[in-house]
Amino acid sequence: MIPLNYYLILGAILFGISFAGIIINRKNIIVLLMCIELMLLAVNTNFVAFAEYFQAGAGEIFVFFILTVAAAESAIGLAILVLVYRKRGNINVAEMNELQG
Amino acid sequence: MFPVYQVVFFFFAALVVAASAMVIFSRNPVRAVLFLVLAFFASSVLWMLIQAEFLALVLIFVYVGAVMTLFLFVVMMLNIDLSRQQEKFVRFLPFALLVMVVFVGTLVAAYLPHHLPDLAATALVPTADGVSNTEQLGELLFTNYLYEFEIAGAILLVAIIASISLAFTGRKPNTKVQNIEKQHAATKQDRLRIIKMQAENK
Repeated sequence: MIPLNYYLILGAILFGISFAGIIINRKNIIVLLMCIELMLLAVNTNFVAFAEYFQAGAGEIFVFFILTVAAAESAIGLAILVLVYRKRGNINVAEMNELQG
Repeated sequence: MFPVYQVVFFFFAALVVAASAMVIFSRNPVRAVLFLVLAFFASSVLWMLIQAEFLALVLIFVYVGAVMTLFLFVVMMLNIDLSRQQEKFVRFLPFALLVMVVFVGTLVAAYLPHHLPDLAATALVPTADGVSNTEQLGELLFTNYLYEFEIAGAILLVAIIASISLAFTGRKPNTKVQNIEKQHAATKQDRLRIIKMQAENK
C-alpha cells in the first residue's frame, strides 16, 4: 500500500502550486478563486490521508464540512464577481484599487 | 506481484500535479476550469485508493457537478478580453517559483521518513471489518456531529440567500406577476355580481 508520506507530499505540492498561482495571477479573479479551490483540495487530501492512517472518522467529517463551506464560499464569491464585472466591465485584479467609495 | 496500488497512485498523482499546474498557467479561463475538473477527478481516484469512497464521490458530485459548472457558467457569461491577459504574467513568475520551492521544500523535508519514523513505518491500511466508509461517516455525522451538520445546513441557506440577493437586480419591467396581497384582500363585493333576471321559459 501507499505510505502516508506520499499523500502528504502530494498535498504539499498541490498547495505550493496553487500558492504560486495566486502570486503570479494579476489578471483574472476567476483563476484566483480556482487556486483557492485547489488549496482546499490539497488540505482535504491531507485530512483524508490522516483520517485513514489513524482510523479516525473525525478527519473525514472535517473534509465533509470543508466541502460544504467551500461550495458556499465559491457561490458567494462568483456572485460578487458577477457584480464586479457588471460595475467595472472587467475583472482585472491589478486594476482594483478604488475602494474609496 | 504487480504493484497495482503504487502504479495507480503515481499515475493519478502525476495527473493531479500536471492538471493543477495547467490551471495556473493556462491563459484561457475555460481551459483552466476544465483542467481543474481533471484535477478533481484524479484526486477523487486517489481518495478512493485510501477507502474514502463517499468523500471521493461527494467531491465529484459537489465539485465537478455543481461548483465547476458554476465556474464555467460565470467564465462563459463574462466576456473577458483574452488579449489583455498576457501582460505582466512573467513579472511575478520568479518570485512565485521561489516561494513555491521554499514552501514545498520545507514541507517535504518535514515529511521525510527519518523525521517521522513512526508515521512512515506503517503504510495506509485498508479497513478490515465489513463496515463501509459511508456507513461509518453517516454514523458519526448523525450522532457526534449532528450540531455541526445543522450549522452546515444553515451556512448553505445563508449562502443561497446571499448570492441571490447579490445577483438579483430587481424584476424586469412588463413581466406578469401575481400580487398575493391584492389577491388576499379581494372580497366578495369586488368580484361577485348578482344579476336579477327573468327565468327562461321552456
